[in-house]
Amino acid sequence: MTTRQEIRRARTAPAGAHARPARPGPRRDGSRRPPFLRRANPLAALGALAWLVVVGMPVYYLVTVSLRTRADYLTAGPLAPPTSPTLDNYRLVLTGEFGRYFVNTAIVTVVSIAVVLALALPAAYAIVRGRHPLIRTGFSMMLLGLAIPSQAVIVPLYLLITRMHMYDSLAGIILPTVAFLLPVAVLVLTSTLREIPNELYEALALDGGGPMEALRTLAIPLSRPGLITVAVYVAVNAWNGFLFPLVLTQSQDQRVLTMGLWSLQGQYTSNVPALMAAMTLSVLPVLLFYAIGRRRLVSGLTAGFGK
Amino acid sequence: MQTGRLHGRSPVHQRPGVIWAAPAFVYFLVFAVVPLVLVVGLSFTHWNGLGMPRWAGAANWSRLAEDPTLGSSIRLSLILTAVAWLVQTPISLLLGVWAAGPGRGRAALSAVFFVPLLMSNAAVALLWQSLLDPNFGLAELIGPLLGAPDGNVLGDPGRALAAMALVVSWQFIPFHMLLYQAATRQIPRSLYEAAAIDGAGRARRFWSITLPQLRHTIVSSSVLIVVGSLTYFETILLITGAGPGTATRVLPLHMYITGFQAFEMGYASALAVLLVAAGTALSIGIVRMTGYSRMDSSREGM
Repeated sequence: MTTRQEIRRARTAPAGAHARPARPGPRRDGSRRPPFLRRANPLAALGALAWLVVVGMPVYYLVTVSLRTRADYLTAGPLAPPTSPTLDNYRLVLTGEFGRYFVNTAIVTVVSIAVVLALALPAAYAIVRGRHPLIRTGFSMMLLGLAIPSQAVIVPLYLLITRMHMYDSLAGIILPTVAFLLPVAVLVLTSTLREIPNELYEALALDGGGPMEALRTLAIPLSRPGLITVAVYVAVNAWNGFLFPLVLTQSQDQRVLTMGLWSLQGQYTSNVPALMAAMTLSVLPVLLFYAIGRRRLVSGLTAGFGK
Repeated sequence: MQTGRLHGRSPVHQRPGVIWAAPAFVYFLVFAVVPLVLVVGLSFTHWNGLGMPRWAGAANWSRLAEDPTLGSSIRLSLILTAVAWLVQTPISLLLGVWAAGPGRGRAALSAVFFVPLLMSNAAVALLWQSLLDPNFGLAELIGPLLGAPDGNVLGDPGRALAAMALVVSWQFIPFHMLLYQAATRQIPRSLYEAAAIDGAGRARRFWSITLPQLRHTIVSSSVLIVVGSLTYFETILLITGAGPGTATRVLPLHMYITGFQAFEMGYASALAVLLVAAGTALSIGIVRMTGYSRMDSSREGM
């Protein structure tokens, strides 16, 4: 059997911390469970339903209010269902500066994903496969760095970014955003790459491939779950980021969605439905993403914090 | 599978050198580690955000002692952190254990539970500000829960802080619920089977198996809650602007306002150092107190 086949076989059974493990999770049929675990627990279900109200009511409010007219909202009360749903609020929001905020946020998000992956993947590969003592040191620094709260270093970051003449630019937002997502990205990719068995690297070495070759043909294809997890984690964090734009930008041209919402709040003080429409629009991409790949998103959100 | 570490460089292997990791390490060093060192340095300067920082000696540090707002912001931070922990830990633990169970209903419900986690701080803040608005929102519905039957939640110091604890918990319970859900699924089924054979009821199984097995998760989740509540201010800034008065001016918010609204960046840096020190001390305290570092294996006797 040639090594290529071996590698292909390994690819079809992806390794990695985030590949679906055969864990005793929810099963389609309860038949393999012992009977005592199948009995319903009314108390727990009641608690869960109570929490559903706590979470669901604000979300219901957000969506229904965004579909109502201003007059209807003021007269019929906040929780009334939209009797004649209208998209006028969305129209109003989209005719303003909202599109610009959306594009800016998309730029910050996409560039952050690209930069994080470009930095974290070779680093994780070196941490798993390399032997240089400095790599250990750097990895330890990253793990300790997990505990640095971005809020606490926001003053020196402001100093750095202004000195680099990056103040009030999207690049100025991206630079620290990437830095604070790097440790988790490296951590996740490291644990994914560890899963690739040594034999595969040896087989590849016999074929005469260097580290570059190994990364391209082995590490990247086999660590796809980890790469997706990191991309999702970076995407949600960059999309929702508020602190760096707050401190590092000021002009309307460089405004991202989170800052845009804040400015709209002043604009639509008495037009709650329009504000809710803007917020629904800002959350929508993440929600759509969630609807498509829930498992990925959930593993992405808790990336690096499991156990 | 044999993964014997090869000592020295094997003739067939070409290992990646340090150059592969250098970009990520240097980048992180510049934008995260250096700022951490800088913040200590800046705390010994006067700087208004423009021009160059001027050496100030220990002026900012002695100012900590006579800052009237500092005492109240530390107190508010501690209250917020304690309430956030007390609210989040039991709810997220119970929800997580429940969500780890079987059944499609649970999966569907859990899907809804995660929505707050997908929203930005800005969206969460504006949503709750609207909900708590005494004129249009649901304040009449939520107010009584916070001891405000008249619906005036954000206008009253004590209630405003309680409302902030509620909002922060609402936002982060889903995250901790995920941690507990994942940890619960790791618990070996055989433990429950053995307990069932011994005739242990549901409550007994939860108390004697689930909880002890989740010890590690409780500790890590608590550390995250404490450090998070200590440094977190964006949502509060957006909802109350630290008011009414200084009723919700928690320590990180005090730091932000000092630095970016009063432009006393040097003093803000001293407050930031205080924050980091408090967070580190509390985390170490939690880990020590719970004996996390010398915990025996939770799989003992298996």
